[in-house]
Amino acid sequence: MKLELTRRYALAASHRLHSPHLDEAENLRIYGKCNNPYGHGHNYVVEVTVTGPVDPATGMIAHLGDLDSYVTREIIEPFDHTYLNKDVEAFRDRVPTTENFCIEIFERLKQFPGARLVRIRLEETGRNSFEYAGQKNGDEHD
Amino acid sequence: MVYLTRKIEFSAAHRYHNPAFSAEENRRIFGKCNNPNGHGHNYVLEVTVGGETDPRTGMVLDLKELKEILEREIMNRMDHRFLNYEVPELADQIPTCENIAALIWKLLAPKINKGRLTRVRLWESSDLYVDCYGDGAR
Repeated sequence: MKLELTRRYALAASHRLHSPHLDEAENLRIYGKCNNPYGHGHNYVVEVTVTGPVDPATGMIAHLGDLDSYVTREIIEPFDHTYLNKDVEAFRDRVPTTENFCIEIFERLKQFPGARLVRIRLEETGRNSFEYAGQKNGDEHD
Repeated sequence: MVYLTRKIEFSAAHRYHNPAFSAEENRRIFGKCNNPNGHGHNYVLEVTVGGETDPRTGMVLDLKELKEILEREIMNRMDHRFLNYEVPELADQIPTCENIAALIWKLLAPKINKGRLTRVRLWESSDLYVDCYGDGAR
């Protein structure tokens, strides 16, 4: 029986979309309002999906307490209520689009020891969401 | 291939307790979910059926038919029940979202004979759900 467990977490952060590879006019043209020099913020929702065999003793793919504490340590604590561009090392030289944020979250959670990470789905707002399931060049992700 | 999804809600109680564990282990592993008196959720079930449309009706499966199957197989069994005691298939299992979703798949798959059951998504709360794809690859 193929089963996947998904848990949703919330975090709030600000970002500014601005690429050092583009000049000011182009940054403004491409990113529009998101290029505001002061940044702006979102209530992000992170969906973490894991899979694996269900332990018959507990009925669980992954112990939720273990998953929650791992995600809290790796994602919520370092990102919640931060300015992604300045407070997060990974975004010092990478535009913190929600695509890149989604990939960063996947990379930080893929070592979760309790089950296999399948994908991350990241909602930037209730209307925009992004999904990343690792690279598809023959590795373990479908 | 077209997929259609119907959503239903049912409310049920459950308790996580493994008789093979000591009382202390049960409390440590299952936490609040080990409360002897049980606790409950408003479950939301999304059932997805995939198939080709019948050219005469334009439908994969008549939604009325799916609604009746869900009423008979799921609502009658699980709605306003204590899952551990009133759903015999769960008597020897911990009624986690994983195990309930797998049971729902087993109950529904043989009953859906127009199109094929593709996915069962069971929400236990607004921040937790389990997807079951049966034995088929996703």
